Amino acid sequence: MTEENNAEPKKVNRRAWLKLIGAGAASGALPLGSAAAEDSMAGMHHGAPKPASAADEPVPVYEFLNGDEAAFIEAVVDTFIPPDEVGPGALELGVAVFIDRQLNSGYGRGDRMYLQGPFLEGTPEQGYQLRMTPSELIRNGILDLNAHLREKYKRTFDALSEEDRVAVLTQLEKREIALPTVPTPIFFNLLYDLTMQGYFADPLYGGNKGKAAWRMIGFPGIGNMYADKIEMYRNKKYMSEPLSIQDLL
Amino acid sequence: MATKLKPVDIAIVGLGWAGGILAKELASTGLKIVAFERGGPRATNPDFMAPQVHDELRYSRRHELIQNLRKETLTFRNDPSQRALPMRQLGSFLPGEGVGGAGTHWSGLHWRWTEWEHKMYSGTVAKYGKSIIPADMNLQDWPIDYHELEPYYDTFEKVCGTSGKAGNLRGTKIDGGNIFEAPRANEFPNPPLTQSHNMVLFEKAARNLGYHPFPVPASNASRAYVNPDGVTLGQCHYCGFCTAFGCEANAKASPHFTVIPLAYKNPNFEARTNSYVMKVNLDSKRKRAVSVTYLDAGGREFEQPADLVILAAYVFGNVHLMLHSKIGKPYDFQRNTGVVGRNYAYQSMGGVGALFPKDTYFNPFMGSGALGTWIDDFNSDNPDFAKLGFIGGGGISSGSNSGAPIGRRPTPPGSPRWGKGWKKAVVETYHRMTSVGNQGSVMSYRQNYLDLDPTYTDSFGRPMLRLTFDWQENEFRQMEFARGICATIAKEMGAEQVLSRRDRGRYSIVPYQTTHNTGGTVFGDDPRTSALNKYLQSWDVSNVFVVGSSAFPQNAGRNPTGPVGALAYRLADTLKNQYLKRPERLVSV
Repeated sequence: MTEENNAEPKKVNRRAWLKLIGAGAASGALPLGSAAAEDSMAGMHHGAPKPASAADEPVPVYEFLNGDEAAFIEAVVDTFIPPDEVGPGALELGVAVFIDRQLNSGYGRGDRMYLQGPFLEGTPEQGYQLRMTPSELIRNGILDLNAHLREKYKRTFDALSEEDRVAVLTQLEKREIALPTVPTPIFFNLLYDLTMQGYFADPLYGGNKGKAAWRMIGFPGIGNMYADKIEMYRNKKYMSEPLSIQDLL
Repeated sequence: MATKLKPVDIAIVGLGWAGGILAKELASTGLKIVAFERGGPRATNPDFMAPQVHDELRYSRRHELIQNLRKETLTFRNDPSQRALPMRQLGSFLPGEGVGGAGTHWSGLHWRWTEWEHKMYSGTVAKYGKSIIPADMNLQDWPIDYHELEPYYDTFEKVCGTSGKAGNLRGTKIDGGNIFEAPRANEFPNPPLTQSHNMVLFEKAARNLGYHPFPVPASNASRAYVNPDGVTLGQCHYCGFCTAFGCEANAKASPHFTVIPLAYKNPNFEARTNSYVMKVNLDSKRKRAVSVTYLDAGGREFEQPADLVILAAYVFGNVHLMLHSKIGKPYDFQRNTGVVGRNYAYQSMGGVGALFPKDTYFNPFMGSGALGTWIDDFNSDNPDFAKLGFIGGGGISSGSNSGAPIGRRPTPPGSPRWGKGWKKAVVETYHRMTSVGNQGSVMSYRQNYLDLDPTYTDSFGRPMLRLTFDWQENEFRQMEFARGICATIAKEMGAEQVLSRRDRGRYSIVPYQTTHNTGGTVFGDDPRTSALNKYLQSWDVSNVFVVGSSAFPQNAGRNPTGPVGALAYRLADTLKNQYLKRPERLVSV
């Protein structure tokens, strides 16, 4: 970790943490000053602090991401899908936790990818040709991008203002930032796909908490049978409290 | 060193639809049969139980039921001047793995191909003359016609409980069915599925435009059904978890609960799962197969002697085993000679998005894999090839398959993909977006083929299969023409906005398109242009038969499973009635 990084308060991270423990806007309820909150955030990545009250959900522990990586992923998902009047943000729905678990899974470890050499550069039509697994891509991509941002902004991604975070992701999407290890479109698309997957997947995987993303778009979940409804509801709104896998077990 | 096992009579490689049908049908011979399946055993219970099977991430994104590329994949390039590189992640197509193969996770579109689709060369020449065929197009006939296959198409529909409406019953055209279909002896075993809102709109629009819409033949049972083998299929729930998923209701016909359990009842049958067949071994004269070599789940090598070897793997598996075992002459692109790997083809998936006015509700989550309304007015040889400048056609349809939102989160063009405004766009669009699709035929060309890669090996050390493929001008013209028809229909349906993109880019292996790969072990009447004779028997090694869409000389504008099943039933008859009585060449060279 660099000095600049230490010097910058992780504002996004703190906000994320407050949300994760359910404190929301009532940060005054926390018996912690800003500095103490920082300490607890570090704790979040390396060992769970106790919930602020019995009613609060347990604070998730990251399995794969270290503190810097978790701060980055939290800030990315919060920028891709911020909370607004239409619906919840990705961070509050647990998408950072989803990504952490995916990166630590067989998928993240590339257990169904062909990863033998020789590794040569191909055409776009030939698809992915690197030796990295998805978790290695994310890990190296974070190092790449944060190194670039430290040079340009003297800050890592998570410490940027909202406006700057949007600008950086836009530049990544437009391939205007070149990264040394992970090709920019591969890094951007993987972050984007994982965020969308976490937002909309069954809550089983840690994201889409409370099925809030399903409720937002009007997807009734996974438990319904429509043989007697498909005709009745032609061009009619079908309202149903969404059901998840765990709801039906 | 391989452990040599006690000989058996028949070895079947692959336990999907083709292998499953043969395993079941050959039981009556009393012969000892062993089937090899590279994946694990699969049964509705415990593998496809609700609610766990309704998991979009696990099945649709992480591809639980699909080939594991770490073990085996292929290399790809667009043309012979390029260096092929391995397909390291799944994308363009999704070959199945495990008992039932792709039959567990297909959609269930269950077609009979038309008369022309079995006779594309002679049918085209008769109408337009030879000069219409581009020089690099290897247009070929099937060595058998529709009528020879009709009884087998009929059997396969009955086994699957296919839901549909006849459009040509023994020559009588019936409105509401597909009037362009070839004559069928019998009506479908089950009535059509119930239409969704977009299908009703599509049907009305197509009729207004003078076309002939009909329900897609669906092996998603519209009602509870007992097939002629005594197997019960449940009624389709329209649950929206069909394509890429196993079906907990046994409503989507699949070999894992139809033909394969019946094969297991035969005491002379054994299935060896998690067993990868590496090679077919030949005798010293290379005229007879003597055994197959396979690895079990622990990587131990076995040699299984057999008198008859049936390759019933996916397209790529069949071609790879033929090439690696040196059965038949490999195709040589430079010289345009050889047959194994020749005439690889694919299918194009195009069309338009259709955004409807606010307060339209398509309820995309109510659906099934094969739920759709279709027209064949521009498919098969119905388009005027001379006027339009292409050979072939496409099926045009609108359906309701899935509303699962990792895959379906449409936004209108120009709206943000993320950040502020994205949520509003997706929420406003989710219920009122539908599509009109084109499933286009793809012809075979000299420069599109399969051979062995000179550099890359799979995890077992075998040279990988190398795929060389790109879209050709003929196919671009079909796609473009069909896109125009799709747009016209979408407007007639009442779309507020038609989303269409002209795309003449090269074929890419990255995005999913379709698992309708064909060719490579084509059957035919001429050993110079086919690897198999009309009985699906290798011209060169007479106790090797190959079944599946690898036998198709080119691809049609509709799904391949119907003819794959029909060919498997016909092969079972060939073996029982001819080959096993006199095990020799069934067609002399």
